[in-house]
Amino acid sequence: MAKELLKGNEAFAEAAVRAGVEGFFGYPITPASEFLEYMAKRMPALGRAFLQAESEIAAIHMVYGAACAGKRTLTATSGPGVSLMSEALSYIAGTEVPAVVVNVMRGGPGLGNIAPSQSDYNQMVKGGGHGDYYPIVLAPATVQEAIDYITLAFDLADKYLSLVYIVVDGNLGQMMEPAELPPMRELRKVPPEWAVSGAKDRDPNILTSIYIDPPDEEVTNIRLLKRWLEVEKNEIRYKEYELDDADIAVISFGVAGRVCLSAVKTAREEGVKVGLFRPITLAPFPRQAIEDLSKRVKRILVVEMNSGMMLQDVKQAVAGRVPIEYYGRMGGVTPFPEEVLDEIRRVNENDEEIPDGMERVQWLERLEERIARGE
Amino acid sequence: MEKSIIISGFGGQGTLFAGQVLAYAALDAGKHVTWIPSYGPEMRGGTARCTVTISDEEIGSPLTRNPSAVIAMNLPSLDRYERLMQPGGLMLANASLINREMDRTDVRGIYIPAARMAEAIGNPRLTNMIMVGALLASEKILPLDVVKKSLKEHLPARHQKTLPLNFEAMDQGAAFVKDAVVA
Repeated sequence: MAKELLKGNEAFAEAAVRAGVEGFFGYPITPASEFLEYMAKRMPALGRAFLQAESEIAAIHMVYGAACAGKRTLTATSGPGVSLMSEALSYIAGTEVPAVVVNVMRGGPGLGNIAPSQSDYNQMVKGGGHGDYYPIVLAPATVQEAIDYITLAFDLADKYLSLVYIVVDGNLGQMMEPAELPPMRELRKVPPEWAVSGAKDRDPNILTSIYIDPPDEEVTNIRLLKRWLEVEKNEIRYKEYELDDADIAVISFGVAGRVCLSAVKTAREEGVKVGLFRPITLAPFPRQAIEDLSKRVKRILVVEMNSGMMLQDVKQAVAGRVPIEYYGRMGGVTPFPEEVLDEIRRVNENDEEIPDGMERVQWLERLEERIARGE
Repeated sequence: MEKSIIISGFGGQGTLFAGQVLAYAALDAGKHVTWIPSYGPEMRGGTARCTVTISDEEIGSPLTRNPSAVIAMNLPSLDRYERLMQPGGLMLANASLINREMDRTDVRGIYIPAARMAEAIGNPRLTNMIMVGALLASEKILPLDVVKKSLKEHLPARHQKTLPLNFEAMDQGAAFVKDAVVA
């Protein structure tokens, strides 16, 4: 199929349709609403389930129910919606059924605003719901990656009986870019053997997240953890640019990562030996790859659209081997490549040690100066 | 080579559509391209702008602080982008609504009475296509005939009847720039 000019949110939704989603349940929230609007037209036309629920809480419980019935299902929302869904997300994890959640992140906390942000890193990557579980988190940076990873998300969810989160921001949801959609997959004809799909001629399946007896819960926790360790072994994904001879590695995900790519290219033209490492799986985090990278480069610059959340994971992987600097914008502000270029030039000149914890203190000073200049 | 173009004006002036015309043509020409609108809690009559980036290579940021070319459909857009443009950049101003020239001398400015020209053709809504024609005649972004062909291919059937006027508007914009350069 040839490349078309596709709008982010609509392309993601169509990708989910073609991946064989059988039920979409959602509640509108900017900047994710177009996903739901697209599904409202598309799903009934294909004879599949679409329902706009009365709330996010209801929507995610419908996802939970559909998942238990062995149907491919997803919802799309934004951070405040994920907060409301968190209880059910924990139940889905505890019941060990596959489900996909798209979070088009916006500025927060609280009601915040509708502008692009990466402020839900901790919410998505570190769990969000209660209990001992690990969701898979994918962070595409282009419309094509979003299409590809939505398809992958369903396969990973099925394979590991896991929650899979896809985190994007409003930039990717709103932009148009050439991309290619996959062919339409056939819907599953036979439900998975664990599903509650009618117990004719077999013993009933029981799906639950309650294990009153602690040893039973512990057995469940062991099963979940073993599955997660398999995920960590098999599913780490990232993309590298110009890192072969780099002295400086920029580490950044999602749209912030592609902003950094522009800055890296310009800095290369200026003769700065800099490259970009862009994690695609935020969970499992590419810890080993970043550890290896920290043995080759002299300095690392982490760039995010939040207060330095992935920074903590990078620091853990780097373990003090090289100085790490931070640059970010918050509150729904997207950094421009020109800002990141300034940072790369500055880092290139800087050979000072950075005491642990000072990278954010120093960043805030630079950020406030920049804001004072009206940028 | 990478060009970042910002098209900015009031809502209703066709800035987003003008950007899409360029984006579809870039796609058809086999280029990498991104199109991104400004979005937010906008109201009618508010600002509408988009950034189009066209490149021979994979595009990083879809957004730019310092564009290489700007189409300013109204005065607030000229005010905003005059200070942000790259040195050597190109500012195309809709002089029908912009009553001043730029103070900066390291940026090329072309002032086109585009709204009046569009009215003369028969529809003020063609202002954006006059500006697109002028842009293509001023900068090596894409050939005008590629853009026309692309518009014909991607425009929905119900709008195909508007093609001759859209083409006329692009031609007049391009001709205005060529005359301005000769003069």
